Amino acid sequence: MTADHQHGNDSPATRTEALEALLVKKGLVQSAAVDALVERYEQDIGPLRGARVVAEAWTDPAFRARLLEDGMPAIRELGFGDNTDAHVARLVVKENTDSVHNLVVCTLCSCYPWAVLGLPPAWYKSPAYRARAVREPRRLLAELGLDLSPDVEVRVWDSSAEVRYMVLPQRPRGTDGLGVEELTGLVTRDSMIGVEQL
Amino acid sequence: MTLPIRLDEDGAAAPPRENGELAFSAPWESRLFGLTMALVEAGRLDWEAFRGRLIGAIAAWEETARDEEWNYWQRWQEAFEDSLGAAGLVATPEIDRLTGQLAARPHGHDHPHGHDHHHEHPTENDE
Repeated sequence: MTADHQHGNDSPATRTEALEALLVKKGLVQSAAVDALVERYEQDIGPLRGARVVAEAWTDPAFRARLLEDGMPAIRELGFGDNTDAHVARLVVKENTDSVHNLVVCTLCSCYPWAVLGLPPAWYKSPAYRARAVREPRRLLAELGLDLSPDVEVRVWDSSAEVRYMVLPQRPRGTDGLGVEELTGLVTRDSMIGVEQL
Repeated sequence: MTLPIRLDEDGAAAPPRENGELAFSAPWESRLFGLTMALVEAGRLDWEAFRGRLIGAIAAWEETARDEEWNYWQRWQEAFEDSLGAAGLVATPEIDRLTGQLAARPHGHDHPHGHDHHHEHPTENDE
């Protein structure tokens, strides 16, 4: 061996490059289409959609009722829920209250409500989060800076192939005068996963 | 693709994206994701079958490779390659061979510099 460090002979980056080259050569994908797709997921689809959904629910009780009844048709009313999540049967929205706090996880892999939150953050996919969200949610939340009163019941929702969950956080106090646009700006991605309160 | 509703890129309506964390930490991860979703959207890969393989790859890692640093997208890559093989689209030996060729390029060539819009993709030799 030389002192030369190993230069990632089989690095995932090189392997992915090979995969793309082979798929392009076989006519299965076009690089430009992949560019467009990645851009769509990274830029067009993001937690901003979910934030808008939450703000609508805070300001429109009828919409809130429809959203809690069945999430996907409700978000389509806002023009979301295109083919991004076409393979997902249901979006279930869980409402936080003074006595119930909801937390979303996917214990098996990384299922996540793409249509409203975009792509999941790295920590959501980590083994630690996936295991601890179910085993010790209260302690996990405390470590993430959310100390819940013992009176508050924590409900953990494990995503599946058929059902994706999103949390409807509680509207912050002192926001009575704000409109949908301003409220949208207050809603964070983490609050819609349930690891933060607003 | 354009959204039916235009939302502000910045200002009051923007923070959720800004205070979010990047889903990808390296260009190859987003590339891999894009390749997978392109095939799913084109109907060439079955999403549920892929997801099943991803679950299997993650579970296998968690049961064994504790000394290796966790990387979600490497598990995704395994699941993707398995799916390609099972669908008869790309076989693992083909991937191994081209990966080896690409890795043998002169130093510096296998570092992706951000985007590869104008990147000439090499193909296998003599074909």
